Amino acid sequence: MADLIRDNALAENEWTWVKLPESTEPVRKAAGKVVMFKLTGEPAAPEDVVAACEVPAGKVMIPLTVWLRRREELAARVAAGEIAVWLDSHEEPAELAESLGGDLNRLPLIGVNFPKFIDGRGFSIAFILRTRYGYRNELRALGDVLRDQMFFFRRTGFDAYLLRADQKPERCIAALNDFTTPYQTSTDGITPVFRRRIGQKAIA
Amino acid sequence: MYRYDDYDRALVMERVAQYRDQLQRNLAGELSEDEFRPLRLQNGLYIQRHAPMLRIAVPYGMLSSVQLRKLADIARRYDRGYGHFTTRQNMQLNWPKLEDTADILAELATVEMHAIQTSGNCIRNITTDPFAGVAPDEIVDPRPYCEVLRQWSTFHPEFAFLPRKFKIAVSGTLEDRAVTYAHDVGLHLYRDDKGEVLVRVIVGGGMGRTPILGSVIHDALPWPHLPTYLDAVLRVYNRYGRRDNAYKARIKILVKAIGAEEFARQVNEEWKLERDGIATVTEAELDLARAAFSDPDAPARPARDASFDAHLAEDRAFARWVSRCVRAHKRPGYRSVTLSLKPHGVAPGDITSEQMEAVADLADRYSFGELRVTHEQNLVLADVALADLYDLWQGARAHGLATPNIGLLTDMICCPGGDFCSLANAKSIPIAQAIQAEFDDLDYLYDIGDLELNISGCMNSCGHHHVGHIGILGVDKAGSEWYQVSIGGAQGNTTSLGDVIGPSFAADEVPGVIKKLIETYVEARTPEERFLDTVRRLGVAPFKARVYGETAKKAEVAHG
Repeated sequence: MADLIRDNALAENEWTWVKLPESTEPVRKAAGKVVMFKLTGEPAAPEDVVAACEVPAGKVMIPLTVWLRRREELAARVAAGEIAVWLDSHEEPAELAESLGGDLNRLPLIGVNFPKFIDGRGFSIAFILRTRYGYRNELRALGDVLRDQMFFFRRTGFDAYLLRADQKPERCIAALNDFTTPYQTSTDGITPVFRRRIGQKAIA
Repeated sequence: MYRYDDYDRALVMERVAQYRDQLQRNLAGELSEDEFRPLRLQNGLYIQRHAPMLRIAVPYGMLSSVQLRKLADIARRYDRGYGHFTTRQNMQLNWPKLEDTADILAELATVEMHAIQTSGNCIRNITTDPFAGVAPDEIVDPRPYCEVLRQWSTFHPEFAFLPRKFKIAVSGTLEDRAVTYAHDVGLHLYRDDKGEVLVRVIVGGGMGRTPILGSVIHDALPWPHLPTYLDAVLRVYNRYGRRDNAYKARIKILVKAIGAEEFARQVNEEWKLERDGIATVTEAELDLARAAFSDPDAPARPARDASFDAHLAEDRAFARWVSRCVRAHKRPGYRSVTLSLKPHGVAPGDITSEQMEAVADLADRYSFGELRVTHEQNLVLADVALADLYDLWQGARAHGLATPNIGLLTDMICCPGGDFCSLANAKSIPIAQAIQAEFDDLDYLYDIGDLELNISGCMNSCGHHHVGHIGILGVDKAGSEWYQVSIGGAQGNTTSLGDVIGPSFAADEVPGVIKKLIETYVEARTPEERFLDTVRRLGVAPFKARVYGETAKKAEVAHG
């Protein structure tokens, strides 16, 4: 059972994470971002798989592709606050923002998947969601969410973490504070250490 | 040099605690090898052929005598009494025990050292000119900028799991001594006509399997924007660099695929997000960093010294050493000295604990307790009084540190190769030693003159073979070790990648091949030409004809 940490504590997970079934015949995304996708070779879900994806009742966190292609059908549930969207590590925050008229805060929750913990794209996605798009609601790390990245998750803008099933939540909470004063700033707006030093010199 | 304050100390100690916990979880079976690997790599720990290898960071190559003594002590107690300096100006220990690694990091922390981000797919140790701050041709001292970037890159939360490793080199001189065009990012610091420091940003260079020289994506970046601009570069790379194939994952492949102009456009787009934001460096902050690198409190000295002149005239061995190992200094009466770690018969870059202690003593006595590591795997005492050179030479000579071969053929760059490294396709140290044995006549070496010979044991190119005047690359063919030879590579302002001369050679053929290349040069050169110049003038053909022509003839005889 995967534990959810929100802010600094264990929390109840009210959201069902909807995933697309594993595709047997992945297709390459064409046009638009064609260069990038050819480079990274990420599969995109075929139309029929997206159409067939079951979106259960209640609060659901759905894949970006399902959201993009079925948002009319889901409009009422968005208004009811039942729809959250998650991005995989190769997906574009810009597409999500565009689909919401630039207002990501219409969603109560955005998830970012880490398919493998060595795939660090999700950190940049989080940074972009928080800074470029001013997203303020819950930002949840999904997938290979391990104790040894917790500090980086928090700094790049995540505030909720769906731990991989084998992780011990209390150790993960502790790891959010592995370092007391990082050198550089991030979405947390921490003052770079060099500036703190100037401040201290001014006081002293 | 830069000294830690409470912030630095806390971060390094917290890092040791974090690593100790990771190590213990791994030893207890709670953290799998696959998941421990990236974590230990970011603490400098490889699992090698025979034992773990620990790569200790020497930020931009600056070391104090206190730190070097600690390295000597650690090498003696936890290893086999020696260490190895690398082309990233770091030190590697080849035989530590896995169980001891957290203790070693704790010991390093006591002298303001660590192994943070010396490996793994993250921003690596930033390198620069080993003569920073003392070089007469310096426009901007790169070290304060390196320190600002060290702090920016250390535990950067967004860029700890990049597609691949990321190396930055900084140069602030007329003559580039930091191989900036062969790095993921190369930075040239220079001044505009008002004296303001600007940065030329070069992206997408690299060696490895696909050697490429970098492209300029910003010609005049004002220095305060370095962290935010580099954030943008890294963000584009982190998101769009390939992750499906480790050989195509470096930033150079992305830049080549979409073109430098398009890459620059994406970076500029991304930069808007942070430009002029909180991470923009202020003058006061840079001043703080600058203060750490103020000139040593060295007394003014006359430009000439009679005793030095006398020794130079009387002692031919000393004069030779001065001609190869002593460089001009920006202050009158001072010189910079390179201590050769390339005596014949020893693995290039290796240094024993006793030698480390001897160098620390020399640094204390003659160079304000500081030294630098060069990417050519030698050590530099940067601020030596002219009047002290003779004594220093004798002290260095007593410890085998005064081989007068800096810049000569036997001053080779050489990776640890197949003797140690699990990535290597072939051994490199025995090749270096065989070449040193072939060219053991100092007079002949001097006659050959300036020549850079670089050896890598595999395509990862840690030995910088692509930019060697002569480059040797170990390759694996059907399970046996072969060596590909290239000529015409160069570092510096006219950086170029070498051309492979033809099919590869067996290990025992290599010294003979080098000999033929040198003979071809000696016969064809004009009086002013270095080996590189002759290769550039004549091209590969005459060298190839000499090497393969004779091999072909020999083969005919053998089979005839």
